[in-house]
Amino acid sequence: MNAKQIDQQQLLKDEKDPLTHTPVHLLSLENVGKHYGNIVALTDVTMAVDNGRVTCVLGDNGAGKSTLIKIIAGLHQHDEGILHIMGEERKFTSPRDALDVGIATVYQDLAVVPLMPIWRNFFLGSELTTGVGPFKKLDVQKMKDITKKELADMGIDLRDVEQPIGQLSGGERQCVAIARAVYFGAKVLILDEPTAALGVKQSGVVLRYILQARDRGLGVIFITHNPHHAFPVGDRFLLLKRGRSIGYYDKKDITLDELTAQMAGGAELAELAHELEQLGGHGDIVKEVQAEVAGTENAGATDAGTPNRVRA
Amino acid sequence: MTMTQTITKPAVTDERVGKRNPLQKLLGRPEVGALVGAIVLFVFFASVSQTFTQPNAFATVLYGSSTIGIMAVGVSLLMIGGEFDLSTGVAVISSALTASMFSWYFSMNVWVGVILALVVSLGIGFINGWILMKTKLPSFIVTLATFLMLTGLNLGLTRMISGGVSSPSISSMDGYQAARAIFASSVNIAGVDVNNTVFIWTALVAVASWVLLRTKVGNWIFAVGGDANAARAVGVPVKATKIGLFMAVGFCGWILGMHNLFAFDAVQSGEGVGNEFLYIIAAVIGGCLLTGGYGSAVGGAIGAFIFGMANKGIVYAQWNPDWFKFFLGLMLLLATIVNLIVKRRADASKG
Repeated sequence: MNAKQIDQQQLLKDEKDPLTHTPVHLLSLENVGKHYGNIVALTDVTMAVDNGRVTCVLGDNGAGKSTLIKIIAGLHQHDEGILHIMGEERKFTSPRDALDVGIATVYQDLAVVPLMPIWRNFFLGSELTTGVGPFKKLDVQKMKDITKKELADMGIDLRDVEQPIGQLSGGERQCVAIARAVYFGAKVLILDEPTAALGVKQSGVVLRYILQARDRGLGVIFITHNPHHAFPVGDRFLLLKRGRSIGYYDKKDITLDELTAQMAGGAELAELAHELEQLGGHGDIVKEVQAEVAGTENAGATDAGTPNRVRA
Repeated sequence: MTMTQTITKPAVTDERVGKRNPLQKLLGRPEVGALVGAIVLFVFFASVSQTFTQPNAFATVLYGSSTIGIMAVGVSLLMIGGEFDLSTGVAVISSALTASMFSWYFSMNVWVGVILALVVSLGIGFINGWILMKTKLPSFIVTLATFLMLTGLNLGLTRMISGGVSSPSISSMDGYQAARAIFASSVNIAGVDVNNTVFIWTALVAVASWVLLRTKVGNWIFAVGGDANAARAVGVPVKATKIGLFMAVGFCGWILGMHNLFAFDAVQSGEGVGNEFLYIIAAVIGGCLLTGGYGSAVGGAIGAFIFGMANKGIVYAQWNPDWFKFFLGLMLLLATIVNLIVKRRADASKG
């Protein structure tokens, strides 16, 4: 038995563009694939992003999550399939292209330039200027004020926007990057493992900002390998494994347990439990893994290898 | 004093921001280590040599500083942008040779050669930057290759065209006097002859500082040096910025090349080797981070000034100039250590 997957056509029926009143996704991928030389990084991935929805992309290391977002963010070009932005077929040649149509990406590691002050980072690449011609100069005061205000609106109360952003904590840096994307009118916000390097409390803070961004009407793509972070904030879940989609679910059709089981793959967990037992490992851990396996079986998830792609 | 100020203006300041007094603020700037070094050096030479503080001697020191400083402006910006250029020393000579030999060979107005030299200098910068961006090799390798090639070209072409190791004299040609008046003459200020290069240098530092701190491009320079990937991801044109920086270095090289040419009337084709390090040293003493993303144009200028003081100061103090390089090395080491200490202190003292 398998949880009900999303039918993309069905999805389109509920979503209407507010201007044209035609069913169109903010962003959609159809059977998108990418290979580096003879290495296939991604094949046949289909997903959609809509206003005010959080789409979670889940997968283990090497599942193709990064490749997927790099295609959407314009860092790489896809080799197969179609990328639609507001119903229009596109292929980005640079991050600038993606930014211009309103796709902003917050990267886990390269979100900011550490040595530069917060306000300079906030406006980097989209600086405000005053004056004309060769005497066009940065509007420093305005940029500082806006930075302070935007961050305060997101609930981040920073001491001094002049300090180098490298002095902020990882969570704060993510938040600055999210606030920046929201301020610059991003329609689609991609978050690349924003909680991966964070502690429990800071992860909570970042998750809250994801919901804030969603409530402001952004289409959020949240990349993570942690179903416990994805489930509370996500509306849809795309699961990737070895470059393929192994499931695409709506929140109402799946539970956290099922999601976790799908992610981990029931058979692999059972194997791990067996191995640990043989090694005479800690009893608690073995029990824990066994409990997980039991949960997996209850959830009725099939082996992760079953082909169950979503068709557009 | 500072306490009362904080209390009277509570609306503007955040109580968690410790009031940094002006001294602390100054200590947070990149060029402060160099400034301290420059003051120490000035006081030192002023005390050991009577002539050092004479206006005429000081103008000479400034002139010496400017010949390094003009290049240090471009090299500092480039270093903040995360790259460095080993070909600058010989590129200056290439520029001068282009101007003199082109005008001489075709018997044209000197200004035609001067303009062509500008094109060549910008072209060398462009090629350096373009190859760097295309191949993604370290700038050390790419510019080392350009350095060697230019050294060879300077010698080879000069011998082919003029038959000697130096370019032919162009002092009698059309436009020579006008070009000399701009690039290599002095202005008398209150009885002291100050070379034009000092003013050009000052102007370049001012423009570079303004660009760096108050324009979009300046923001991009810091960003591409600090983290090129992050900069690219937020839409900064990384390639254009870096290539532009190499071309800015080329522009500075053109100015210095023209000065070298018109200060005399001929150029030795083998000159310039080793000078690239002086420009880099000036930038580093001035607080530019070798790894990029941090520094200032004023810092590079102070670095050049330190160089000028040490260079001429040793002569005024009537020491053997053989010791100059030793002093330069020592100063480089001390200045970078002072920079490091001061920067850590300043960061730690932030409230």
